[in-house]
Amino acid sequence: MRRFLDRYWYAYAMVLPVVAVIAVLVLYPLAQGVFFTFTNINEGNIANPVLDRPASYDVVGFENYLNVLSGGESYGAFWGTLVRTLIWTFACVFFHYTIGLGLALLLNRQVRGRSFYRVLLILPWAVPAFISAFAWKYMFNAQYGIINQVLRSVGLPDPVWLGQNNWALVSVVIVNVWLGVPFMMVALLGGLQSIPGDLYEAAEMDGATPWQRFRHVTLPGLRSVSSTVILLGIIWTFNMFPVIYLVAGPNPNARILVTYAFERFFSGASRDYAIASTYGVLILSVLLVFAAAYRRALRKQGEVW
Amino acid sequence: MTLDASSLKVVQATDRRLRRAERSAGASVLLHGALIVASIIAVFPIFWVFVTSLKPDARAVEPTPKLWNESSLDNYSRVLAGEKGDFLAWFGNSVLIALMTTVLGVFISATAGYAASRFRFPGKRGLMMSFLLVQMFPFAVLIVPLYNILIALGLNGTSIGLVLVYCTTAVPFCTYMLKGYFDTVPADIDEAGRVDGLSPFGVFWRLILPLAKPGLAVTSFYAFLTAWGEVAFASAFLSAADESKTLAVGLQVFVQQNRTEWGHLAAASILVAIPAIIVFYLVQRFLVTGLASGAVKG
Repeated sequence: MRRFLDRYWYAYAMVLPVVAVIAVLVLYPLAQGVFFTFTNINEGNIANPVLDRPASYDVVGFENYLNVLSGGESYGAFWGTLVRTLIWTFACVFFHYTIGLGLALLLNRQVRGRSFYRVLLILPWAVPAFISAFAWKYMFNAQYGIINQVLRSVGLPDPVWLGQNNWALVSVVIVNVWLGVPFMMVALLGGLQSIPGDLYEAAEMDGATPWQRFRHVTLPGLRSVSSTVILLGIIWTFNMFPVIYLVAGPNPNARILVTYAFERFFSGASRDYAIASTYGVLILSVLLVFAAAYRRALRKQGEVW
Repeated sequence: MTLDASSLKVVQATDRRLRRAERSAGASVLLHGALIVASIIAVFPIFWVFVTSLKPDARAVEPTPKLWNESSLDNYSRVLAGEKGDFLAWFGNSVLIALMTTVLGVFISATAGYAASRFRFPGKRGLMMSFLLVQMFPFAVLIVPLYNILIALGLNGTSIGLVLVYCTTAVPFCTYMLKGYFDTVPADIDEAGRVDGLSPFGVFWRLILPLAKPGLAVTSFYAFLTAWGEVAFASAFLSAADESKTLAVGLQVFVQQNRTEWGHLAAASILVAIPAIIVFYLVQRFLVTGLASGAVKG
């Protein structure tokens, strides 16, 4: 024990603050949240220190999970919402990555005014998300929004973007793509700059076409940075709540799992903490399964992360 | 190591210059065209908020929006004068909370990231995995247990409580990034410092941190933005009194049930965005290197 401490004490001393904060403010609430999923806790029966009212909720076993997983409309139509969440996540991350990579490739060339372009292109990242959400909500407005005015003036149909149809989902995807591209672009630009230039030279000597150079030098060189940012991007997008909540509101056509958890948590007189936590646990399970599969796939290709 | 990197850059530069000379005028036009279109899309929403911020509320909702319509700085002066709520107090609260989150969050993730980068110790793998796990749970649904804990610690309604909560969101990503960045700083430097008689903490504080500026810049930016724009926790944990709100919470006064005061909201939004953009401008030249080395090795 003594030797163990002698050897590692400074390492532990340095991680201690993080571990303390995470344990107190993450693990303990998480454990309590998991416990809530087996109860019928809500605003009406939770202990209220202000009113000095003791807790009166009951343990109900797996009832919440059964209710949610049976997919009933009154519990948020879980399976339909899950499919919508997957579409949302896939669409967002796909466009984040492709647009981000495209812009990074452009910025990685010797262009006049490159740093100026870079500042402008990263700007969406620097503006607080709730402000971008207001801005887009205003621009998407069917009556006085600039987007529909432009569409009308060039003779295109002007949909009701944030109404009760699938355009709502399209709108929030557009907003989130706009928000998320800068992060991908910056990360991939850094990745591109770390690919040694002589690899390209050698490829050029061997007569590789630009496409071949991209396919066989650029993409493999970006492999490790891509696998990290795509994983993070998928996790973040899956749980991206402010964009949808602030732009589309509680609109069932743009509902994903995490926004429904929020609806149950915040809206209505009942404030159903039990169902909200159940959704939280289900989201965590989906992401854990995904992360494990992702890791396996990477390992098969000889990369461990 | 340094020599290698710099010679590599020279090669890259000559290589690029060669290619630029090769590029035809048409390709240049396409390249600039694509970048200009992308930049316009990136900037337009912010520009449009600015345009709107100069219009009176009634002009902001006309069916045919114009660039200039009875525009003036009235919205700004009314927002700053606090007609709708104590804007300057909200602003002060937000600055205080965001700065505290940045300093505390970056400091504790730097120590943890350094330990994870340099030392092998039992539990390291578990720690790094738990950071990833933390990102997967929608934490806002844990507001109830968190609230109970803050009451137990006597921190509910205080900015310190909120800062600690924000740190839990910012720290996992920051630790990953900084660990990746510290991995690129050669371990020889640590050894040299130890030989010269510095303690492990001395090495970290006097040698490694100054070398890790790009990584620290990225993580500070991230931590600052996390705290600056957060809505859900801030509205749940801060007391309802007007002078203790943050900007993100306070701005809701412009969005009433059936009517949004777009002009005022836009003016307030521009005022909120300015500090974030200043922070961004200060760190932006470090962003690419900092984020890249973090993500490549992370």
